[in-house]
Amino acid sequence: MTTAAPALHIGPSAALRHGIALAGRAVTKVRKNPESLLDVTLQPIIFLLLFVYLFGGAISGNTHTYLQTLLPGLMVQNICFASMGTGMALAADLKTGVFDRFRSMPIARSAPLLGAVLGDIVRFIVTLVVLIVFAVILGFRVQTGPGEFVIAFLLMLAFGLCLCWVSVFVGMLVKSPQAVPGTLVAFMLPLTFGSTVFVGSGTMPGWLQAWVDINPVTHLTEAARGLLLGGDWAAHTGWAFLWAVAIAAVFFPLALRAYRKRVA
Amino acid sequence: MTYAIEAEGLVKRFGDTVALDGVDLAVPAGKILGVLGPNGAGKTTAVRVLATLLRADAGRARVAGFDVVEQATAVRGVIGLTGQYASVDEDLSGTENLVLIGKLLGLSRAEAKARAAELLARFELTDAAGRGIKTYSGGMRRRADLAASLVGRPQVLYLDEPTTGLDPHSRNEVWATVRGLVEDGVTVLLTTQYLEEADQLADLITVIDHGKVIAAGTPHELKRRTGGLSLQVRPTQIADTLVVAGILRDLTGTEPLVDTDNGVLTTPVDDPLLLSTVVRRLDDAGITADELGLRLPSLDEVFLTLTGRTAPVTEGSLA
Repeated sequence: MTTAAPALHIGPSAALRHGIALAGRAVTKVRKNPESLLDVTLQPIIFLLLFVYLFGGAISGNTHTYLQTLLPGLMVQNICFASMGTGMALAADLKTGVFDRFRSMPIARSAPLLGAVLGDIVRFIVTLVVLIVFAVILGFRVQTGPGEFVIAFLLMLAFGLCLCWVSVFVGMLVKSPQAVPGTLVAFMLPLTFGSTVFVGSGTMPGWLQAWVDINPVTHLTEAARGLLLGGDWAAHTGWAFLWAVAIAAVFFPLALRAYRKRVA
Repeated sequence: MTYAIEAEGLVKRFGDTVALDGVDLAVPAGKILGVLGPNGAGKTTAVRVLATLLRADAGRARVAGFDVVEQATAVRGVIGLTGQYASVDEDLSGTENLVLIGKLLGLSRAEAKARAAELLARFELTDAAGRGIKTYSGGMRRRADLAASLVGRPQVLYLDEPTTGLDPHSRNEVWATVRGLVEDGVTVLLTTQYLEEADQLADLITVIDHGKVIAAGTPHELKRRTGGLSLQVRPTQIADTLVVAGILRDLTGTEPLVDTDNGVLTTPVDDPLLLSTVVRRLDDAGITADELGLRLPSLDEVFLTLTGRTAPVTEGSLA
């Protein structure tokens, strides 16, 4: 049998196709190792219980009011935390023989990275669904319609996918996979706690307010609150979306360059 | 002659270590080149450069006419790679691994499935097709790995120590597969520490040590070039051993080597015509021999002569 003439160049559509095939591999691996989802299932539940019952009364007067305010923000925080797993998984994958095989095949250079990021949509969906279902059991109620709910859900997924590139970038720089969360926590804690996820910015000192007001997590949280609880959400959604695009625009090329440097 | 693989002056350094120190390789299309060398000689580095996984610091290489740096994508389109460790996904089943590779190579889902089933059948993995690779034995893993390398019908196949750690049965299967592929016109570059493997499979052998090619040629040429002939006699009566030893010492001036296990006497000789003299002298002494002949050195002896080390066969000796 004759082989087709080898391609000399791989376009973006082929790269996406390769990325989707490799995302399928990531999803299969999750299906076979469900325990790999512990961090995106157990942790959000613990956070929810901890904040609602420990701090909820003190912050909002009663736990139910706090649950309503907290959940949209907690969804955003857990999306941020879940994105750390991408770089870690990729850094571990890079050391396996199967990665050599992918790299010896005529597929796009970016495909393995794209596959890892796209495959993590599953982790994001799981963490969001777990949070919502658990919150509903505790008494959380969406105050708007299904349309707004879907927009909030998709917005968070999009933000998570963009944020993944930070994690991939770090994963390509560090020597061991375990160093990925260690490094990223220093970035994730100010990003998620230095926001309006847990408390309003009113009582904070001016310098902190200045950061909280421009923080993408604040914009995404306020957009989600508007979308799930009612209120104005258009401006915050716009800002959150812009931030997501900006993060991807900076970190996708950085990650790809770091990957090339690492493997070539 | 068209060469499927041509490399000139490949140099690769890792820090202070020089892994490749000006390696030249040439493999005619449809032939098997055995790259032989001790651990750390640079064999794997050479394969990684030729498979576009590593960029050489100096030198150039072409695979199927494509430059490994300038036309890396085209090179990847014609090669298959089986590494020292199985490059298949442990968590996925045999079928899932092969289907994924088929899809990455542009096959439709149905085509990828058909190709996977065909290859798994060929490597006797049909029964294990749905099981995770992590449940496979070493030999099955290696076969799955080889199957994965063949999904894209490569013109050039790299086998980096394909039988290391395999039992003799699995090893023979790998050998049979490699011979079959070459019959189909595939060019194979095989690295090995096993001299017998190179002797059995390779049309051409390149011996690498310390990142340099120290010998290249057909197995026959190498044996001829490095180390002379030796003469072996096995007398029918074990009691004649001493007499035979005396005759050989007489003729060659050196003490022959006596293998007491099998009663074979061996002595190096320069002149092939000496054989008839030995026959006459044995006749005169009334001694019959079960074995009598000249032989070329084994590749082990070649290896020893070239590298100053014995062949590094540590486990699962293939003799």
